[in-house]
This record gives sequence, structure tokens and C-alpha cells, in this order.
Amino acid sequence: MKAGHQKADPRGVLTGIHFMDGDHACCEGALAAGSRCAAGYPITPSTEVVERFASRVPTVGGVFIQMEDELAASITLQGMVWAGAKAFTVTSGPGFSLMMEHIGYAAMTETPCVFVDVQRGGPSTGLPTLPAQADMMQAKWGSHGDYEIIALCPNSPQECFDLTIKAFNLAEEYRVPVMFMMDECVGHMSEKVVIPPADEIEVVPRRHTHKSVEDYLPYGTNGDLVPEMAHAGEGYNFHVTGLTHDERGYPNMTLPIQDKLVRRLRDKIVNAVDRITMTEEENLDDADVVVVSYGITSRVAQRAIEAARAHGLKVGKLRLITAWPFPDKKINDLAAKIKAFVVPELNLGQMVREVERAAHGQAKTIAVPHAGGGVHNPEEILKAIVEAAR
Amino acid sequence: MSDNCNDDFSTDLVNLEVPSIVNPVEQFLRSERVPHIWCPGCGIGTTVNSFARALIDSKIDLGALALVSGIGCTGRVAGYVKLDSFHTTHGRAIPFATGLKLANPKLNVVVYSGDGDLSAIGGNHLIHAARRNIDLNVICVNNLIYAMTGGQTAPTTPNQSTTSTNPYGVFEASFNLPHLVEAAGAVYVARWTTFHVRQLSKAISEAFNKKGFSFIEVISPCPTLYQRRNKMGDALDAMKYYKEKSKIRHGAPTSEVGMTMTGEIIVGKFVDIERPDYQTMMKAQYHESLGERFVEQTEMVCS
Repeated sequence: MKAGHQKADPRGVLTGIHFMDGDHACCEGALAAGSRCAAGYPITPSTEVVERFASRVPTVGGVFIQMEDELAASITLQGMVWAGAKAFTVTSGPGFSLMMEHIGYAAMTETPCVFVDVQRGGPSTGLPTLPAQADMMQAKWGSHGDYEIIALCPNSPQECFDLTIKAFNLAEEYRVPVMFMMDECVGHMSEKVVIPPADEIEVVPRRHTHKSVEDYLPYGTNGDLVPEMAHAGEGYNFHVTGLTHDERGYPNMTLPIQDKLVRRLRDKIVNAVDRITMTEEENLDDADVVVVSYGITSRVAQRAIEAARAHGLKVGKLRLITAWPFPDKKINDLAAKIKAFVVPELNLGQMVREVERAAHGQAKTIAVPHAGGGVHNPEEILKAIVEAAR
Repeated sequence: MSDNCNDDFSTDLVNLEVPSIVNPVEQFLRSERVPHIWCPGCGIGTTVNSFARALIDSKIDLGALALVSGIGCTGRVAGYVKLDSFHTTHGRAIPFATGLKLANPKLNVVVYSGDGDLSAIGGNHLIHAARRNIDLNVICVNNLIYAMTGGQTAPTTPNQSTTSTNPYGVFEASFNLPHLVEAAGAVYVARWTTFHVRQLSKAISEAFNKKGFSFIEVISPCPTLYQRRNKMGDALDAMKYYKEKSKIRHGAPTSEVGMTMTGEIIVGKFVDIERPDYQTMMKAQYHESLGERFVEQTEMVCS
């Protein structure tokens, strides 16, 4: 356990072996991570997360509020955070679109929080009850301006639990909104979920300032890139604004301040990419072809990879658990050694562009697109692997 | 002779011990941020003065007070008050404030924003916070126009006014905000103008002590955009108008307090009723349904 980290509060941890779906596991992850506050607005296929939270949270000391829309939910949770709580909201495509402004506000004000997006088919109302992975670029670029976020992609109910805790921890460590990019399949599939004892769960506490009121600079960083936080009601009389601001938190719309602030918001994430990145890797050492996938598609791809290896093809697996910040260096290093990447995803080509960009032309990149509403047939991925191996 | 007089006078001045005079509201302001951005004759500063007087008079715990603004001229209030202050996104001050209050019920939360921010882009949140009776004090500075962006029509702009987006005159109906928030469920509704600085201050003090959703509308001049475009004179003319055309009618039915461009302005305390606020209702419901399984929120604050 790293210095300053804590164990989970046992009151929120439902230790045991469960059979539950990904949405419910996500809720349990949030509770285990210490979240006692959430604001939401119903939208399929994500609603089960907050339904469970609404049922559980009064028994562990907390509050859930169903707001009038996603615009409200996505800023209410930030009020909760500035009052001292760990808070999150949950949505799906159309609601995620409405939340974009407040993802930008959270990035600009460095409000640690978690946005869960259980992805469904789009655009617009699209396919409310069917899966897609087509919000991946929106998660990174959806709000205006230059900013960085972190995005995680679970591929099972177990990971919906484990990685929700991780999402809260990353949010606190970097003071950044974390996008938890589930998909309808992962959200609605039920599997075994093991919830460990609270003392085996590591929780990252708030970067709360220990400075005196006189010495506290709300956005001063001392070279660490991540400032310390104070909460409303503690006597610091601090100011928070979405305007470009100086270290005091005061609006300052000069070029040097804009440059300093926006570069720091980027650098605090981009410079930590190696520490943030999580992947699952198999057979990369001798691979000619590497299948890059994430979320539910990684489980479909697994079948194709195994079939290809059974045919003697040297195929490796790289599963992106962290989608953003994108692991450029990992892809670049692999590209130097292999013939091609195969990138199946439930969209018409999003993360594949990142793979192609990071490969710098050293290896071919073959997309296996899918418009969403279902998952790939493993044969489609297998065909792409065979083509790539030629 | 006159030279001597002048010398004596200046000598006296140098030797005079002048007691330092401190503006009593200065303690609540981030004086390092002055000068502010508001135009000469703008009424927002006047409302801040009344607000600060209310902080003194009500003896409210400043350490537990948070102020939340949206976007616009009035949205800048959050940046000038020496409190925990949040300048949020356009229209969303109320839901942000709701989050603060829910996570830390000990906070007194004031929403301080403009008519466009609160009743147009934030209109949905305004009515729902009133419906839920969230324990917030909303101060709505109504200058009848979008001023920050250059004088566009607001939901409050009176019929027949001219704005930059209705250059041939406003023909859509305007909101009567006290009527709107009363219908939605507010427990305290008052309206004053920036001429009524004492009454405004008293109303803010009353709202601090009111549990539930309170709403104070302050009619405020915008000489730069609203009055200039409508040939209504300067800030002093606005004060004269407020003085001459305001009628104090406490308890007036809010359906009768709609504004026109040059007509009467009905001011006063219109609504002051008792109704359990959101968090009281929430706790009661959980107690009833969950019994001993209900765990009251104590410290949700993460260290």
C-alpha cells in the first residue's frame, strides 16, 4: 500500500461471493471506494447502478438524489465533491452528451469525480437496450477546449467492481474526472463477483490541504502538478471558477495564465501515462499480429485469438483497460516488432485511429468495425487476423 | 493673508489624527479583486452591499456559508465575496448548490445569480429546487436583459422593450418570477428593487433564517444596455422610476405582480409559509421505511 493510502470503510463493503450484473457491481465498487453521494437521471442501460445506490446508501450513511436532467446530475455531484464527499453520476449516450459541459467544468476546476457511461448504440436515441462502444472519442474530446481525462473500460462484472474503485482512486490522485466506460453487455451480464474484505481494498483519500488559511493557495502546486483541495465550510474562503484562473483561483484571462493552467491540466495526466495505464497482455513476445480491444469486445476477440493460435498463427492480445490517456508508447514499441494490429470495436472506427497514430506506420492497422446493437462474430475478427498475418 | 491661511490649514491636516474608517462590508469582499467589472450605474454592487449588511445583521455563521453563482453579470458576485464561493456553469448554480447542501447539511448555501441564468437556461432547476424545497437562499438580480453578452432578450424582458435580438420590440410574454417560484413550491418569496436597500437587506436576513427554498427577486438597473437601448435614461432615472412606481404590497397575490416596461413595480414579501424541506422529508421517510437500518449521514467528508 502506497503512503497516504487508506483501507476501505467496511460499512460500505459487501464482502462475499455474489452473482450480480455489471451495473450492480459498479454500484458496489462506488460504495467500497467510499462514495456516499450520487446524483443521477434515469437512462437505459445504466439506471440499475443508481437504483441499487438509492436502495443501499441510506443504510450506509449517504445520499442519492434523482435530478431533473443530466445537466443537473452532472453538476450536483460536483457540489457534493466540494462539500467533501466522493461522488459520481451514471448515464448512457444521450445523457452523456448532456453532461459534456460539466466534464469540462470538472476538468477545469480539478474536481475529483466519476462519470459512469454504460454505452448503448447511437447516434441520438439509437439503441437504448443494446450495446455499443461508440462514445470512446466523446469521452476524451466531448467538452470544448484542451483538457485531459482518464477513461477505464471494464470487461466483466468483476471488473465493474474492481475498476470502479480504481476510477475513484485515480480521480482523487489526479483531481480529474474519470470516465468509466462500460457497455450494455458488461452492464447487464451477470457473473460471479468477488468482493474482498474491506481491509484488502485500497482507497485513495482526498488531497486535502494541511496548510493554514493564510498559506493555502487553491491552485498552487509546488511542482507536483496536482493542487491540494479544501472543502466548503472549513474557513478557507476559497473561490472556484470555470474561468481561466491563477493559483489563487481568481479569474485571470491573460495569455501566460491560460498557457500555464491549460498545460498543467494536460501535463498532470499525460506525464503520468505510464503510471495510469493498465493493460492485459498475452503472447506479445513472439506475436506477428496483436489484437487490440477493450470492454465486451475483448471477450469476443479472445475466441478469435485462441482459434488463430490453434491454427498456428502468432497472435498476441493487448486489452486496453485504460483507454485514456492513450498508451502511445506501448503501441509504438509493439509496432516496431509486429506486422499488424487488428482492432475490433463496437463502432465504425474510434480507438483504431489512436492505434494507427501511435504505430507511426511501423505496422499495419486493420479495423474490424461494428455499428453496435450486438457484438462481433468471432469469425469476423479471425478473418482480420488471418489477413493481417499474411 | 490668504497664503497664511492656507499654510495653517495644511499644517492642521498633517497633524490631525484621523480615525481610520473601515467600510463595514469590506470584510466580506475580496478587495484585491477590485475594481470589479460592473458598469457605472449597474445595480449588482448595490445588491452585494445589501447582502453584506444582511451578513452583519443576521449574525450568520460565515464559516458555514457558501455562495454559488452561475454565469452572467450577477454570476460574477461569487468572485468578489470573501466566502467559499463557486462560479459554476451557465444556469447550473442551483443544482451545484443542491449538491453542496446534500453532502454537508450544515452549510448555509446562497445562490446569487441573474434572471437569464436562473430562469432561462436554469429554469428547469429553479422550479425543481422549489418543488423539492431544497434549503437554499436564492437571490435573483433581475436586470430584465442579458447584459454580459450585450443586451439580448431574457425571459423577463418586458413586452415592447427593444433588445439586440428583438430590435423591433419584444413580442413574447415574460416571466413573472415570484408567481413562477410560488407555484413551484417556494416557501419564501419577496421582491425588492435596488432602491429598497434596507428592505432588501432585511429580506435576505429573513431568508437566511427560513428553512427551505427562498427566492428574492431584486429589480436592478442596467443603464448600459437595457435603459440606453430603450431611452430610459441613466441609473439615477432608474432610481427615480423605482421610487415613484414601486408599491409595497406585502402578501400580494403573486399572480398580480407581473412587470411591465414602465408600469408599477409591486414589491414586498409575497410568500412566507412553512413546509418541510427536502432533507427533513428524506430523513423522515428513511426513518419510517428503514427503521434501525437507516444510517444518518454524519461525516461523508473524505479526509
